[in-house]
Amino acid sequence: MKKIEAFIRHEAFEPIRTELLEKGFPSLSIVEVKGSGRQRGIVETYRGSSLTVNVRPKLKVEVVVEDKDKSVVIETILKHARTGDVGDGKIFVLPVEEAIRIRTGEEGEAVLQAHTDAEIPA
Amino acid sequence: MKKRLSLAVASALALALVIPGSALAQGDGLEALKTELDMTWVMLATVLVLFMQAGFLLLEIGFSRQKNVGAGVAKILINLGVLSVAWWAIGQGINGPGNSIFGTDGFFFHIGQELGSGDEATTVGGVDMGFMVFGLVFAAVSLAIVWGTTLERIKFGAYAIFALAFGAIIYPLMAHAVWSGDGLLDDIGGKEVLDFAGSSVVHLTGATAGLAALLLLGARRGKYGPDGKPRAIPGHSMPLVGLGVVILWVGWYGFNAGSTFSTTDVAFAEVALNTQLAASAGVIGALLVVWLKTKALDVGMAGNGAIAGLVGITAPCGYVEQWAAPIIGLIAGVLVVYSVLLIEKYLDDPVGALSAHGVAGIWGTLAVGLFGTERLVGDTASPGLWYGIFGDADFGATLGQLGVQAIGVVATFVVVLALSLLVFWVIKMTIGLRVSEEEELAGLDISSHGMYGYPEAFIPPEEYPAIAVEPHVAGTPVARGATAAGAGVSAMTANPPGKAPGQA
Repeated sequence: MKKIEAFIRHEAFEPIRTELLEKGFPSLSIVEVKGSGRQRGIVETYRGSSLTVNVRPKLKVEVVVEDKDKSVVIETILKHARTGDVGDGKIFVLPVEEAIRIRTGEEGEAVLQAHTDAEIPA
Repeated sequence: MKKRLSLAVASALALALVIPGSALAQGDGLEALKTELDMTWVMLATVLVLFMQAGFLLLEIGFSRQKNVGAGVAKILINLGVLSVAWWAIGQGINGPGNSIFGTDGFFFHIGQELGSGDEATTVGGVDMGFMVFGLVFAAVSLAIVWGTTLERIKFGAYAIFALAFGAIIYPLMAHAVWSGDGLLDDIGGKEVLDFAGSSVVHLTGATAGLAALLLLGARRGKYGPDGKPRAIPGHSMPLVGLGVVILWVGWYGFNAGSTFSTTDVAFAEVALNTQLAASAGVIGALLVVWLKTKALDVGMAGNGAIAGLVGITAPCGYVEQWAAPIIGLIAGVLVVYSVLLIEKYLDDPVGALSAHGVAGIWGTLAVGLFGTERLVGDTASPGLWYGIFGDADFGATLGQLGVQAIGVVATFVVVLALSLLVFWVIKMTIGLRVSEEEELAGLDISSHGMYGYPEAFIPPEEYPAIAVEPHVAGTPVARGATAAGAGVSAMTANPPGKAPGQA
């Protein structure tokens, strides 16, 4: 199992989510983060003084998938998050040891992504 | 204008005729009605000036950070509370008739009170009451100006103590000196200091007291970096600042136009237009200069420009022709930007009160000596220097008037600074003037008032009791409550979160 952590622009999220859902990956989490990279901060001028805000807001998307699905997710993220300008973000891939569904106590890769329609309560 | 006036008189007369028991049949009836009409305008203006407190409240809160907004509300209210009582009990007396330094009559002001002595003795009636309340709200404006320099770090007790000293003694002394008719600044070598609505008496006085407080208080933590350079501490809401500025602008119609005390010839409309033109020119001047200097169209500075224009025209508004009003406002708007940028390097004045009220107040007072017109300045003063150079007024006399205006400025600054430093020093030595570092970091709302002005900005949603319980209870049918009666824990285990009751 792999965990894919992608730091992206806010506006890139919605197309990524839509396409991942279509491809069968509805399960993901997002976190609002602030960070710095090659993109410079924002300079605020206020009553003659200035203030440089060095960290910029980004969105962190976390998706855990089976090893074989890793490249599909990464391709989807790259497709929508890349504008070519500084500040597009980064993707990290981490190994995942275990996965447990809290509701049922099931373990393993079966808990990661979509259920069949029969499994999802109405 | 004349036609409209006669219409007003005619309609007033018609109204009087249908009021039974009216004394208007006598010859002085019209005069009484005129007085009542004048005082109705004064009372309307009083309400407008009182409303300026809302303007100060919003402006100062908007320039504060979220952790200090509740303190701003409490401040305005305690100031208004203490000052009003202090003015009624003592301030009005110090402001009233007496010797050339201070008044001696009118303490605990009430109807039927005897004021003055000998030929000038009068008995307090409704008219005096109207002027007294008008004076009270002016004092409240002057006091509100003081605190702009002290935001986000001053102890609450200082507000109440200084409000008492300011409302009972400091402000009434300045008002007595300029406006009482027998004060020291009413006769300087045969000329009086002209200050129509208080560029000097109200605004410079407030700003100077604010300077005294700031000198003893010091800058906010983090305002100056290790290199000594000022850093921006952005206020939390420009919309609130904007609302505050516009409310002040509206209130200024009462402040300036109301200072005519009269509806005669509708002269107050002329004062209102002067006020409007100066405020507008102030915005233009400030935005233009701040853009040229910093390449940013600073929103707060546009507000300071409007206030500076208004403060600048406050002294001249009843003494100048319309062409001079936008010039006075424009210069005030230009001055306020340079002043804010300069003061910012040395003193932490979060709202720019020293510039918008102090520097513009000085400019406004001097502007009477530059642009005052013969038509309006009266017999006890001379027109402005402009008319000495380009008009047919005596050059020496106009220069003299400018000198008298300068004396008024210097006297106000020196007296108010000395008295205010004394009071703030006593506060600092006794209860202390500034909150502790920990309290400043936490914010005045939670440290001084035990609550947050914006609680949801500081308390995580998980910590709100109602929300912490709701996920397990919300949407639960009554039946479930029945099965769980007396045992909350079993209710939760019976229906695990995330799965609504009724689902198999």
